[in-house]
Amino acid sequence: MTLDIVQMVLVTVLTAATPLILAGIGELVTERAGVLNLGVEGMMVLGAAAGFAVAMQTGSTGLGALGGAGAGVLLAALFGVLTVGLAANQVASGLALTILGLGLSGLVGASYVGMKREPAPHLALPGLTDLPGIGHLFFGQDAFVYAALVLVVAVWWFLGRTRAGLTLRAVGDDHTATHALGVKVRKVRFLAVLFGGACAGLAGAYLSLAYTPFWAPAMTAGRGWIALALVVFASWRPFRVAAGALLFGGATVLQLHAQAAGLGLPGQLLSAMPYLATILALVLLSLGRRRGGSPGPAALGQVFTPSR
Amino acid sequence: MRLDLIPRARRSPWLDALTPVLAFALAVLIGGIAVSALGVAPSQAFLTYFVAPLSEVWSIQEVALKAAPLALIATGLAFCYRAGLWNIGAEGQYVVGGLAGGIVAIAAHGMEGFSLWVLPAMLVAGTLAGLAYAMIPALLKVRLGVSEILTSLMLVYVAQLLLDYMVRGPLRDPKGYNFPQSVGFDSFARLPYLMEGESLHAGVLVAALALALAALVLARTLFGFEVRLVGTSPRAARFAGFSQARLTLAVFAISGGAAGLAGILEVAGRIGQLQPEISPGYGFTAIIVAFLGRLSPPGILIAAFVIALTTIGGENAQIDLKLPLDLTRAFQGLLLGLVLGADVIARCHVRLVPGGQAARPEV
Repeated sequence: MTLDIVQMVLVTVLTAATPLILAGIGELVTERAGVLNLGVEGMMVLGAAAGFAVAMQTGSTGLGALGGAGAGVLLAALFGVLTVGLAANQVASGLALTILGLGLSGLVGASYVGMKREPAPHLALPGLTDLPGIGHLFFGQDAFVYAALVLVVAVWWFLGRTRAGLTLRAVGDDHTATHALGVKVRKVRFLAVLFGGACAGLAGAYLSLAYTPFWAPAMTAGRGWIALALVVFASWRPFRVAAGALLFGGATVLQLHAQAAGLGLPGQLLSAMPYLATILALVLLSLGRRRGGSPGPAALGQVFTPSR
Repeated sequence: MRLDLIPRARRSPWLDALTPVLAFALAVLIGGIAVSALGVAPSQAFLTYFVAPLSEVWSIQEVALKAAPLALIATGLAFCYRAGLWNIGAEGQYVVGGLAGGIVAIAAHGMEGFSLWVLPAMLVAGTLAGLAYAMIPALLKVRLGVSEILTSLMLVYVAQLLLDYMVRGPLRDPKGYNFPQSVGFDSFARLPYLMEGESLHAGVLVAALALALAALVLARTLFGFEVRLVGTSPRAARFAGFSQARLTLAVFAISGGAAGLAGILEVAGRIGQLQPEISPGYGFTAIIVAFLGRLSPPGILIAAFVIALTTIGGENAQIDLKLPLDLTRAFQGLLLGLVLGADVIARCHVRLVPGGQAARPEV
């Protein structure tokens, strides 16, 4: 019995963490290539709107997820053209992307406000899913959750174990040297930006197709920004992104329970918790880094114009 | 096919001024296509967005009232961005400024006797509160090396929730039928109107004054030089002995103070009480204004009017043409992106080189 309650809590933690894992892992790859894309929130919210719209039109959750990821890729491509192609300022371009994404998502989602659909189907394996205590946690999630976990492992393997991953990291650490070696720096960066966009869009689609499941304006509520902080918090390591996302997911669930239990704390304080926790996490991290931790990619945020 | 960017030896002031105009024209073009996709004639939409707000006295005042906070916040932000520091939490500093100034007004509510001090005290409180709030990310950046981008943004959400809590809790009007709002400010706590029976209030003048002061500081003082130098050549600035930490604190103080002042000007001017929402996103829109104005005070002034115009136009278009407000926001985001992209033309010779070969320098 208590085991089931523990499982229930863990399941909610995992679902709250999934959008952060998805968006965070995408941004991690982008940043490892040396590009800081602050537009995660914008790509995510557009992914949520587009994903929901496509799913409503086609009746398919899978196509909806693809639509969300596609919308993220489109916005990311715009960002890539600006920052990688035209060497525009990355911070400002990322903000532009967030504003644009919020606006576009409102346009795309306008006619879907107030509509509901069935949440994404959950895995059901006869025998396994009904295992007491662990069945639902391990064998009863929707496809997004598994995709997120697979993605973390895949990115870890790609970055650390493949030649292409090594190249990507080298581009992020020293674009001049890799350029001199004949690596197509801008191509690598552009692809990394697109990957980040796809992941952010997918994270958004998860929110509107599985987590809530409906579309509401600005429904990402700062999750894109938290994903950005998570990458810093994770010191640009894939598994730490997942761990950090689970911590944040846990904090979110705790906040919801505290709100329900009515601890006498103002609801606004509890709602502010994720943001305060993010700041606290960044502070603790930099305190830790003083005693020798890993800094970010050396060329992060620097624009690159190839020498002739 | 490859794209080559060759830095220009020196920037031409003509191109510097022209590229934002070019970006704006392109954004209007794309906006026109979007509008016709939504089933409205682009010419009609253009009139509603850009011409109609300037055709009547009251709507010109509305444009000025929107442009003032935008210009004020954007000018403060320009100090930050010029120095290569990223305060993107002006919205939060604005909210805290409005809240702190509003608290002074509420404390003085119903006061009798000498009351001339109340309004100045409100403005000072608002400015200082915005400044203090901006010190949080600045100090974390200077002392601990925490990214100011993320902390300043996170504090926006915190500020909005704080305001929400205050107007639903301690500051709620006891006679307000449980509406989440404070008492209405007394007339001595309101900014006076500039003309009888019109909506333009003295806040516009305060903003203009602050803007002029900021322009002077940036262009004519050693501190202004320091800000510009750190942005363009951090190495030279270090050799000159300028302290990065001191500068970080200073530009955050300026941008936070400006945003706080804008907040209390709005609360003491147009709104006249505290309520859960005191900003239609001025702090974020000001970021667009700052870049559209090329981070220079005169440019920012023009940009603020253009953006205010599209905002008022957007509100009208929502009523008259049934065009969604999100269209305006998407337009503004697109505009910022195009401005940043067009900036390349001012900085570099852009060449499309056929084939995979890099262009050879003609030396």
